[in-house]
Amino acid sequence: MSQSARLQLLHISKRYPSVVANDDVSLSVEPGEIHAILGENGAGKSTLMKIIYGAVKADAGEMLWNGRQVAIASPAQARKLGIGMVFQHFSLFETLSVVENIALVLDEPFDLPALAARVKEVSERYGLPLDPYRSVHSLSVGERQRVEIVRCLLQDPKLLILDEPTSVLTPQAVQKLFETLRRLASEGVSILYISHKLHEIKSLCDSATIMRGGKVTGTAIPRDETPASLARMMIGRELPVCEAPAFTGLVKPVLEVDRLSLASADPFGTSLSHVSLTVNAGEILGIAGISGNGQAELLAALSGENTVDRETIWLAGEAIGHLDAGQRRSKGLVFVPEERLGRGAVPAQSLTRNALLTAHRQDMKHWGLVSYSKAKAFAEQCIARFDVRCGGPDALARSLSGGNLQKFIVGREIMLAPRLMIVAQPTWGVDVGAAAFLRQTLLDLSRTGVAILVISEELEELFEISDRIAVLAAGQLSAAQPKAATNAESVGLQMSGLFNETAQPTESGHAPA
Amino acid sequence: MHLLEPRAQPSQLMRWTAPLIAIGATLLTGSLLFWALDKSPLASFYVFFIEPLTSSYGWSELLIKACPLILIAQGLAIGFKARIYNIGAEGQLIVGALFGGGVAIWLEGSDSGWVIPAMVVAGAIGGALWGAIPALLKTRFNAEETLTTLMLTYVAIHLLSYMVNGPWRDPEGMNFPQSIMFSDNALFGLLIEGSRVNTSIFITIFAVLAFWLFNARSFLAYTLEVGGQAPAASRYAGFSAKRTVWFSLVISGLTAGLAGVGEVAGPVGQLNLNISPGYGFAAIIVAYLGRLHALGIVLAGCLMALIYLGGEAAQVSLQMPSAITGIFQGMLLFFLLGADAFIDNRLRRPA
Amino acid sequence: MIDHLIPILAGTLAAATPLIFAGLGELVAERSGVINLGVEGMMLIGAIAGFAFAAETGYGAVTGLPAGALAGAAAAMIFAFFALSLSANQAACGLALTIFGIGLSAFIGQHYVSYSLPGLQPISIPLLSDIPLLGPVLFRQDWVVYLSLIAFALVTWTLAKTRLGLLLKAVGESPEAAHAIGYPVLGIRYGAVAFGGAMAGIAGAYLSTVYTPLWVQNMSAGRGWIAVALVVFATWKPTRLLLGAYLFGAVTILQFHAQGLGIDVPVQFLAALPYVATIVVLVVISRDRKLLQLNLPASLGKPFLP
Repeated sequence: MSQSARLQLLHISKRYPSVVANDDVSLSVEPGEIHAILGENGAGKSTLMKIIYGAVKADAGEMLWNGRQVAIASPAQARKLGIGMVFQHFSLFETLSVVENIALVLDEPFDLPALAARVKEVSERYGLPLDPYRSVHSLSVGERQRVEIVRCLLQDPKLLILDEPTSVLTPQAVQKLFETLRRLASEGVSILYISHKLHEIKSLCDSATIMRGGKVTGTAIPRDETPASLARMMIGRELPVCEAPAFTGLVKPVLEVDRLSLASADPFGTSLSHVSLTVNAGEILGIAGISGNGQAELLAALSGENTVDRETIWLAGEAIGHLDAGQRRSKGLVFVPEERLGRGAVPAQSLTRNALLTAHRQDMKHWGLVSYSKAKAFAEQCIARFDVRCGGPDALARSLSGGNLQKFIVGREIMLAPRLMIVAQPTWGVDVGAAAFLRQTLLDLSRTGVAILVISEELEELFEISDRIAVLAAGQLSAAQPKAATNAESVGLQMSGLFNETAQPTESGHAPA
Repeated sequence: MHLLEPRAQPSQLMRWTAPLIAIGATLLTGSLLFWALDKSPLASFYVFFIEPLTSSYGWSELLIKACPLILIAQGLAIGFKARIYNIGAEGQLIVGALFGGGVAIWLEGSDSGWVIPAMVVAGAIGGALWGAIPALLKTRFNAEETLTTLMLTYVAIHLLSYMVNGPWRDPEGMNFPQSIMFSDNALFGLLIEGSRVNTSIFITIFAVLAFWLFNARSFLAYTLEVGGQAPAASRYAGFSAKRTVWFSLVISGLTAGLAGVGEVAGPVGQLNLNISPGYGFAAIIVAYLGRLHALGIVLAGCLMALIYLGGEAAQVSLQMPSAITGIFQGMLLFFLLGADAFIDNRLRRPA
Repeated sequence: MIDHLIPILAGTLAAATPLIFAGLGELVAERSGVINLGVEGMMLIGAIAGFAFAAETGYGAVTGLPAGALAGAAAAMIFAFFALSLSANQAACGLALTIFGIGLSAFIGQHYVSYSLPGLQPISIPLLSDIPLLGPVLFRQDWVVYLSLIAFALVTWTLAKTRLGLLLKAVGESPEAAHAIGYPVLGIRYGAVAFGGAMAGIAGAYLSTVYTPLWVQNMSAGRGWIAVALVVFATWKPTRLLLGAYLFGAVTILQFHAQGLGIDVPVQFLAALPYVATIVVLVVISRDRKLLQLNLPASLGKPFLP
């Protein structure tokens, strides 16, 4: 046991009514060390960090801070000790300005102008320029992360926790973030870096603790490992790969979007301008980009949740822009949304009743009355065919894990025998095994002649399954490129390059032309 | 201060025992109240909840009060499932009574057998119309139905007041704000000799069966429920949100309007300012207490009717203001909501 | 005409006073993300508590208003326990509070049916009250009217200029984020709801001890609901709330002067006017969805369970 450790966790356990989030977790971080916590979704990483930050109380175990035992009862106490946290889903208030957001966490007299000056000074010193008086809702995701980091830096942290910080960044912005983190480490700040992205950890971190199912399954020096060996520790077996055979059928356009422009209904949303695209039978078109760049608006317009002008969206040669989601589904357009609970499925209802949500058109109702036995048979078939692990067709949607619910929703939509499938974030928050299954399912479906449109933030995923890739940034869609003709770097540039340059001089400042 | 944490699975046991727990807690708090007022809780409860049921007349009065409550609550339950909060059933009841009563006054002296059916249809239309206004305001202008339905209740009260003070005032009524007493063929026929129970009970019975079938099997009920629980899922499936609003408010207005006719063509027998002792509001509690289920509402409606009867009895035997009914109603709803919290949550356990 | 104008305008200020108190209280509660539809019930509880206290102590509004505030806050705590600690449906809990408040006030009020109180004399502010037109309208009011303006100024300043105001807005927008950075979300909401209850209680006590200093069952007559609607109309901004309250004060007062102004409309229609006006303003403000969305506390009405 090291005497010099900044933070030591000993035998931390935390259980919730339905899950053991942390089971006998121990780890140690030295000053100036960048320490990775590596694990899949649901491995218990976030809970562990919240325990360190005092937002969640552990059931058992000890915590040592600079060698002294501490019990951190609240985030305020954690901050006082010198622990800062950058949250995965940012803990910022959209309607407040940058400086107001920062003022709320600082334990000092309320003086906004003085604080604004300090925010400007610190943010520039660390290469994270910010305008203190901008409203947070007008900031890009990358800028919001800067606010979180600057907020921590103003408190002179000794330990900085970052929870999946790169999931929302372009590849270029990731490099920029890493520079800042290395600089902080060189000044003696310890960093806990939570991620499931293997090559990032390999390039950034000095050491790693690997978690699976709430337990520590190993420690490693990432530099000495390969992504494959790290993955084995993380998921307990080889990383599965997808197979993408060539499509041999007739290539004809299924979905055509013609100069779609749409003002966002959300006051903080992004409007679409002149979006055009084509998806052919037998192919997967991937749309890359960071959420908030018009993804939600495009999906709602394509799915029919928002109707648009009749002649802007065409399905197999028929104008369908004016049809609602139900009418479009009857014509063979199915959709798997990003939000599974509450949109793709009704959380408090059984899988049988959730099958009814879209599959009612499969002869499940007569004279306005529902045949629940048919709905149940459909749900059972979906569960069996798509390997949905659950308590049967009567299980509530919300009782399923993210991956299993996603399999159910994808399966339900596939069983509607679609011509076109639109999928948003197909594997978001899903464990590696289910993610591979879902990707292969989409590939197999496309090779039967179905056209598929995938919108995802995960570049790796898009490069794995797409035939062509386009980028949506600031409500504009780039021309789709065949996968072989592009790469992550250039897609990353498009993700930030097109992005709102005039409003964000700082963003373009470091993006090579 | 956070007392709860989510359960892994909602408790079916709590779902059905919550109303019993709420009733128990209400009785317990009620006995504290009686005790504080220097009345024996047991004797008071006897007066309140047992004595009304010791005579066949008491049972018939229970039926008379339960019918409108059940009828209105059936309609409200449809809306509540869709999270359309119509809290203005009282106003819809009044307008239904005005329409139905208007027909009775208009056809005064007619000996046609169609007067009552015409009143029923008119009352249903009146209630539905009063429900349709907030539906229009919500679908067209996005105005909250909670506030508009309630405001329209006040408007309805003043409208009723105008009619019975003005155009429809009984010329021989000593200037009281009331209409003429309706003639026999503008009243529902009595069913049981010596009681006030009348044929309007068949409307309620029919409504219970119809709503039970509707809730259990219809696709429309399913779409309403999805719309209430997960609006985004409803849009995703392509179910019309506007249809949900219209249907919920018009149906609940309609049943309230029918209840209004049942009162003026039944126990009240005319239009006056005391058509309803707050049935429209009490029915909200009945709907929740009955778990928004057609048959559960029947039981809950009977209990609420008993609270009304008890309030009247307490006024006579215990010299207590009948306002105690409102206190019991409020407590019952509070405790029910509190007990319902334990369906999806459980008490937080200390670490 | 001017003979009518002065009493109408002066009456408007008095009629608006309960709406200002109740509306400001509800505005603060809603800013923290809690919608309390029990304003009507809290007003009635405040009204009967204020009336009873004023009658028993003999000091009138001076003791009635604080008693009303305490009773209103206590009533709000019942709501808060169910709606916050037990995360029950806020709209339904508010309704329960209103039903309970109507019953409780009528129950207690039974003893006071024939009582009346002396009411309050207007305070003329020297010099200012001699200004033509403005003087009698603005500067010859009872002290509670002045108090409502002080309350307005305090709430406006707190919301706009202090850390507490910022915190309320933050909790109302995202209780999850506020919790994550370590703020006691529930404690703050309890405080906001208690403030709302106290203000509603003052509004009720003003009605029963000053405005019409006698006890009438259900005397708030829907003003609590109008106050809730005013908050929406005000898009959660105190200044607009003040203007809205005066608008409704004027509509309310109109019925008492209609005859003098030669308006020949049945009295019931005039009495219904404030409720119709409420619907109209709700429609006008709600049709602009973006405006509402921009100002609506994002977590309004949603239970928070960390």
